[in-house]
Amino acid sequence: MTSENPPKNDTNHLQRITVIWIIVSIIGDLLYWFLVGPHVPPGRMTSTAKGNQFDFNVLFIIAFPVLVGIWEYMLYAVINWRSKKEGVPESVGGPRAAENRKLQTSWIAITTVVVLLLAAYGTVEVIVGKGSGGGEGPNPIWQPTGAVKAETAALAGNGTWSPNSNEVLPVQVIAQQWKFTYRYPTFGGFESPYLILPNDTNIVFNVTSLDVIHSFWAYQLEVKADANPMENNVAFTKTEQLGSFEVRCSELCGIWHGAMFNSGQVLTPAAFMAWATKTEAANAVNTKDLPPFAWTYVPDANGSSGGYYPDGTVTPYSPVEVYGSKQPSS
Amino acid sequence: MTISAERPTEVESSPVSPVAIPEKRGWGSGWLSQHLGTAILGGFLGYIFGHWLGNYIASGYPYIANSGQNSVADLLALLFMVVGWLLGIGALNYPLAKMVGREAKSEVEYTGWSKYVRYNLDHKVVGLQYVVGVLLFFFTGGLLAMAIRTELLNPTTHVFSADTYIKIVSEHGTIMMMMATSVVVGPLGNYFVPLMIGARRMAFPRIEAFSFWTFLVGYAVIFSALPYGGFPTGWTGYAPLQTQAGPGMISYLFGFAIIGVGMMTAGFNIAITIVNYRAPGMTWSRVPVFVWGILSTAALLVLATPVLFSAGLFGILDKTVQTAFFVSEHGGSSYLWENLFWFFGHPEVYIMALPGFGIIGEIIPVFTRKPLFAYRIAAAGMIGVALLSFFVWQHHLFQSGIDPDMRPLFMLTTELISIPTGFIFLVGMGTLYRAKIRFEVPMLFCMAVYFNFLIGGISGVFLSDVPVNVTVHGGFFVLSHFHYTIMGGLIFAFFAGLYFWLPKMTGRTMNKKLGLWHFWTMFVFFNLTFFPMFIIGLLGQPRRVFTYAKNLQSWNDFSSVSAFLLGASFLIFIANLMWSLFIKPQKSPANPWDSLGLEWQTATPIPRHNFDRIPVIMNDPYHYSEVGAPALANFGDGGTVHSDSSTVSSDPVE
Repeated sequence: MTSENPPKNDTNHLQRITVIWIIVSIIGDLLYWFLVGPHVPPGRMTSTAKGNQFDFNVLFIIAFPVLVGIWEYMLYAVINWRSKKEGVPESVGGPRAAENRKLQTSWIAITTVVVLLLAAYGTVEVIVGKGSGGGEGPNPIWQPTGAVKAETAALAGNGTWSPNSNEVLPVQVIAQQWKFTYRYPTFGGFESPYLILPNDTNIVFNVTSLDVIHSFWAYQLEVKADANPMENNVAFTKTEQLGSFEVRCSELCGIWHGAMFNSGQVLTPAAFMAWATKTEAANAVNTKDLPPFAWTYVPDANGSSGGYYPDGTVTPYSPVEVYGSKQPSS
Repeated sequence: MTISAERPTEVESSPVSPVAIPEKRGWGSGWLSQHLGTAILGGFLGYIFGHWLGNYIASGYPYIANSGQNSVADLLALLFMVVGWLLGIGALNYPLAKMVGREAKSEVEYTGWSKYVRYNLDHKVVGLQYVVGVLLFFFTGGLLAMAIRTELLNPTTHVFSADTYIKIVSEHGTIMMMMATSVVVGPLGNYFVPLMIGARRMAFPRIEAFSFWTFLVGYAVIFSALPYGGFPTGWTGYAPLQTQAGPGMISYLFGFAIIGVGMMTAGFNIAITIVNYRAPGMTWSRVPVFVWGILSTAALLVLATPVLFSAGLFGILDKTVQTAFFVSEHGGSSYLWENLFWFFGHPEVYIMALPGFGIIGEIIPVFTRKPLFAYRIAAAGMIGVALLSFFVWQHHLFQSGIDPDMRPLFMLTTELISIPTGFIFLVGMGTLYRAKIRFEVPMLFCMAVYFNFLIGGISGVFLSDVPVNVTVHGGFFVLSHFHYTIMGGLIFAFFAGLYFWLPKMTGRTMNKKLGLWHFWTMFVFFNLTFFPMFIIGLLGQPRRVFTYAKNLQSWNDFSSVSAFLLGASFLIFIANLMWSLFIKPQKSPANPWDSLGLEWQTATPIPRHNFDRIPVIMNDPYHYSEVGAPALANFGDGGTVHSDSSTVSSDPVE
């Protein structure tokens, strides 16, 4: 049975769809790029926030035409190609309607090219963005110049940082159920419940955990790195604006996961320096009792003292050494 | 030309069946023999025995005596509960008899309603059992979702304690994931695959029944977590939080293992059936696209689930006998669970998508009256997705501290998967082109799948991009993304399939008006529930939190109210089910949608052995509306089914 209405010119439909598609896509993309794009979270507070916001917007202006194209096609089909008869099915098409080699090949070619370009673009952005603010694990390969030097010095206990020194500032993020604390190895390894950072500085976050997996998410800074026990997860960003930001845990870590957030601030380098030296002096008494600064700490399996913050020197682990021949109680 | 709908009577009266099918027996008043009741009793007794055994074995060990918590007893209780359940239902009669060297008795086939509560080897009974089973999972999980949205109505006033909330979230996720692995493969796969490929039964009917009864007992196992105090890890069960958690975690680990056994057995059975039980002439280029979807899913079930099973075993060992697979300070690694879990977990994601692709590929040609566009591409797309799904798992771990080199690699593989997924869209769009679309309820659900899955898929591209992933990982954005793919894709496709095939399965017509109400409320409120979550996620709300930033309250409230209405839309579905099947049943026409599929050419109700003679397949089932199209199948009784739609009868079977 052939189609009952005389076949319209095929190109008519496709032409109409294409024209509408191009117009809507261009208008939508332009509106998005200029009106929405600059406000896309998480803002432009750091180099990674800027970079990833740009990346999000690029993806959006590629994705929007795809979305619009398919929806428009479907809507067009629903409006124009619906059955006129009630109840009884009409029949259309024929053997040729099952295939269109050219269309199939070009669809595959276009999607493949788009996908490969996206992957290549994403890779370039990760490299240029020094890991884009994501956790790169203990051995990062894309990092700002000077990061290795600063990290090595920090671990050795002779790291320094001062305003205008252009040095990278290492900060350690310690996650535990259910709070974040921060240690500053270049300032004697003192520990702070707030994350205070200098502006216009490359920061190295060394993220670790004392118990379960957490995820350090400094929202406005666009840094996200999982905190794993006995693992140092390194992430980079460069602060570019003054202001306060929020830190949340974005990996389920138990009952109070939802309450595991705190805040921080980006200060001017001079103000940061003043805060850091002051706090270092004020906290000296407490810092003395902390375990020596290390990239990771061994969680206390005993936990009986409630102290999930044990001596960092107990490595490698030996059950006999720690507990004697008796099994630890959990 | 003889048409299919006129042949049922011959089939029903067919006296001899050439395949070994368990005999029907009238003896036994029924309630004395094995059924759901004895299974529950067996499970109960097994639980008590296992708990006693665990205490007997392990209560003397210092680490158990010191902690006052006997995980060994908890585990053995669940293990023997499952064994008792399987003994009670009769799943082990045959293997046990064989094991002790006796000739096993065939299972008795009961007739009437009671067969649905028994260990039945008929794939059609198992299919319907699965329908009830997955709906039980789905509605329980749905109620938990309502609880989650209730808690999120207000950032500071709490309905539940933080503890209860996290239990609810974890149960919701786990129960829904368990449901989604089986939601199409179980009911529609078991029921229709043999019918579609012209087989009289599944390859392994006992394994098929076994997979259902293990799936069902999985429900009891996962809910045993609540009396045990729940588990706080979400459905992902990350260690070491897992190791730290209470005995409810045993239910999670063992529950996934049990469901895993059900998944593996179901996958084996279905894959082997499709490969070996196709009717003569059912070449790979004539296999219905739904069967391709189920085959690729079955392959994933068989290959991916063992990893989950082993991971669960490691977790259980960690918790019961103090091994340290996932405990860093004892030489294990928290990354081990993450990698094992997601190595299963990502194929799992496609286990929850491919059957949906199969359903829409099967249904759209029927309602467009057009041949399926680019059939080969459709099959290739599903196989491609299945293959690639094993190479993408680390995109769940982009920020976890994996080797940084891996991130561009997994970004590439993940984005590659959108090529075969794109095939599915090409197939749909090509089939719609200049069609004569009939907007029956199943078709509407199919269109909704395309609408929703497009959002889900495109948001997936954002997630796969490493830089953007920093923003969206672990927040409501990803939550919204996978609800769009799993619920917006698979569950909508499942309902499309239900509305499409229930007339065949039950012989009753579903009420169209209620069906339309169900569709529109579900579609609209689904989008109103989950679309705002993309924005909530971008604005910085992490997943699984009971409290959130004050400025996000209006978004969350909007989402919650929509979620309640979405929940209500399923009441319309239940009402439709009750009304159309029980209250005012109306006999369905033999082929209400004028489909050419082989499954519609059988009698209603379908005879026990499906086909009187194994049909010889002569063509693929998508030759809608071709002049002088070749016949679809030869049933060996002088009748063939012509693929010209005008010859397919829509008269009701008398």
